[in-house]
Amino acid sequence: MFRKIAIVTGLGLALAGAAEAQTPRKGGTIRMTAPYGSSFTSLDIHTTQRAQDEIYAKALHRSLYTWDSAEGKPVPELAKEVTVSGGGLVYTFKLRDDAYFHNGRKMTADDIIWSYNRIMDGTKAYPGARFVRVIEGAAAVEKGQAKEISGLKKIDDFTLEMKLTEKVDPGFYFFTALTSIYPADEGAKESFIQHPIGLGPFKFVEHVPGSRIVLERWEKFYKPGKPYADKVIVSIMGEAAARDVAFRNKEIDTSVLGPAQYVAYQADPNLKGTIVEVAEVFTRYMGMNPAFKPFSDKRVRQAINYAIDTDLIISKLVKGKAYRATSWLPLTSPAYDKAMKPYAYDPAKAKQLLTEAGYPQGFEFEWTTSQNESWGLPIVSAVIPMLDKVGIKAKVKQVETAVLAEVVRTGDYQAFIYSQQSGPDPLAALKCFHSSTPQPACNYMNFKNADFDKILDEAGQADDAAKRTQLLQKANALLYEEAPVWFFNYNKAVMAVQPWLHGIQQNPTELTHQNTEELWVDETSPAK
Amino acid sequence: MPMLSFLIRRLLQSIPTVLAVVLLVFVLFSVVPGSIVSSMSDDADPQVELRLKQQLGLNDPVYVRFGTYIAKLATGDFGTSFRTREPVTAMIAKRAWPTLQLIFAAMAFSVVLGVPLGFIAALRPGGLVDSAAMVLAVSGLSIAKFWLGLVLMYLFALKLGWLPSFGYGDGGLKYLLLPAVTLGVSPMALFARTTRAAVLEIMTADFVRTARSKGMSETRVVKWHVMRNALVIILTTVGLQFGGLMGQAVVVEKLFSWPGIGSLLVDSVLQRDIPAVQGSILVVVLAFLAINLLIDVLYGVIDPRIRYA
Repeated sequence: MFRKIAIVTGLGLALAGAAEAQTPRKGGTIRMTAPYGSSFTSLDIHTTQRAQDEIYAKALHRSLYTWDSAEGKPVPELAKEVTVSGGGLVYTFKLRDDAYFHNGRKMTADDIIWSYNRIMDGTKAYPGARFVRVIEGAAAVEKGQAKEISGLKKIDDFTLEMKLTEKVDPGFYFFTALTSIYPADEGAKESFIQHPIGLGPFKFVEHVPGSRIVLERWEKFYKPGKPYADKVIVSIMGEAAARDVAFRNKEIDTSVLGPAQYVAYQADPNLKGTIVEVAEVFTRYMGMNPAFKPFSDKRVRQAINYAIDTDLIISKLVKGKAYRATSWLPLTSPAYDKAMKPYAYDPAKAKQLLTEAGYPQGFEFEWTTSQNESWGLPIVSAVIPMLDKVGIKAKVKQVETAVLAEVVRTGDYQAFIYSQQSGPDPLAALKCFHSSTPQPACNYMNFKNADFDKILDEAGQADDAAKRTQLLQKANALLYEEAPVWFFNYNKAVMAVQPWLHGIQQNPTELTHQNTEELWVDETSPAK
Repeated sequence: MPMLSFLIRRLLQSIPTVLAVVLLVFVLFSVVPGSIVSSMSDDADPQVELRLKQQLGLNDPVYVRFGTYIAKLATGDFGTSFRTREPVTAMIAKRAWPTLQLIFAAMAFSVVLGVPLGFIAALRPGGLVDSAAMVLAVSGLSIAKFWLGLVLMYLFALKLGWLPSFGYGDGGLKYLLLPAVTLGVSPMALFARTTRAAVLEIMTADFVRTARSKGMSETRVVKWHVMRNALVIILTTVGLQFGGLMGQAVVVEKLFSWPGIGSLLVDSVLQRDIPAVQGSILVVVLAFLAINLLIDVLYGVIDPRIRYA
């Protein structure tokens, strides 16, 4: 069971509790915001893996699975029943026979097969290929050696068999919008990118590039009585200050808050109750390159963890909008070990470790960073004097976020500060540290440890869930000990939600990604 | 005929400018670090990234990419966006009208307020109106657009509730006002200062003194000699400001979620969507050149002594 520590603070808790007890109201408009840039990337959701795009895609499309925030795990969405056979490698899905695309056609197994074959088209490089590749024969399609994925078999219109290459939970692979199911006939047309058709609770009405997407209720949505709202408008609002004005002016229903706004909203009695928080599955850290001699020594890496007063930085600079990281797996991970304690702030211990490692006078390194306010230059600037106290000098190299992403993939750094997805699947998250994972994939510190590999391989083969969790916790503890990074924090996602909007799900994979069919507005909404 | 040959000559003169811009932008984005592939997500697949680079031609040598780009450009094809996989021309076409709306509205606001303000100030130099107008002008030039936009949002949307604080809505005046004023304040201040300086200079010119000595009334002197001559200078400033506004619109569009070329450019630069960046910049440059050409033509209309030399 996925642990959930999502919190609704203050008055919000009382209000939310009272509101959820009400009967959901039909009608009205939900006015969401997309805060991560000035545009949506594409209306072809198979082509884009930006969090920004999944906000609208959650209303428009459906995948084989969906993320259930209450359960804290992916659950079947387009299948009524799933049976597992073949030693955990064969999944048989009894599909819904009441799921209609927005053009009125009923979804069948052919649409799922068509969609996954499309994603594996090697000439198009769809990002969802990394998920679909887990199906047997998908890689052959990607390489152009086959036309269709051999591991997908249509038993009948509403029964689909899927054979996997490894023993994993397909829910973690097929719940994001990257693997959305398209209508086979329409999805192939050029016009699809201008007027997308999906299976979601809302159908496409209008896209004003750089401004908004408008969707309206799909009457033939398969969940009885849902969606509640008539319309969803997702406005693109990249500027936090502008969102703040619009939220206070009641023009929008949701607004993602940064650290400064988080403090301001907490201090404002009128806004405090609007705050919704969740520990997202992102770990912030300083990665250390083992090819840089001082960082090849575990004691040096541990010394850095002891030398930094992480709690102070989280409270003063990040304004409490983060949870202290103990090791790699975040609080909301099913394999998070709450008995683990983070590295204590202990400069004397850091000095001792540096001396033992042969660096009594410390050393100098270059620290590559972006300008990000939560895990970039401001944090680096605060850490530098702390490291200086134990003799370690850090030289800042500032780059754009796009450049930083390239730097970490190529290993062209001595140290860098970053935010990386560390869930929801703990096995996939820890695989980033497996020696078989190439550096550009997600093993950015080029971590290699035979003991770690062994534990993780055992976890991957474990049939018993408890045994698997135990092994994953062991691997996570080993990472703590090896300290390939300075464990900084787990992101606390914070969103202000107007009191008239109900049904918000505390989604740790990304708080802005809401199953819109669950949302409803009461009669106090200006857009009722 | 002289007009036509002037236009042809000016159009031909523009070609090297356009080519230089095309080359500069291409080279710049070929050497800056980062690529669309790494900016798409921090959780990507190296196999997909590799294929994406091949598919987008990012592994080709720079000269090959430039040759391909120029060949397409010659046929009016701006290429395909790396991000959206749509033709860049289609993307720009969707964004062009909102940007033009914003710029023309900002320009109208700044000319209608700035030019008369400068004129009135110059007619009574050192007076109360002059001092007030110049304080306003200096402030207008100094205020950061981002800050001004937020203040206007706070005042007119949140406090007074007269206007929406953001968005494009139906593209109507209600949504246009705040972004247009935010964008227009700085050129308004510039026009006020330029007009004042131009009028003051012309008021002391020999031909004005001659007109007065011939007994011409002050109203006629101002109307026939001062205004007409000042207009040439004002028009030059307006032309230059059009180009400037296209650049400044980036901030305003992002702040107000206005769906113009500016916000397209910002996201394209940040995500290294090179075809979209090149296309957007090229359109801005072409618009700048077209407006300056129009201004040159207008010179001849205002002052017949300037005839397409």
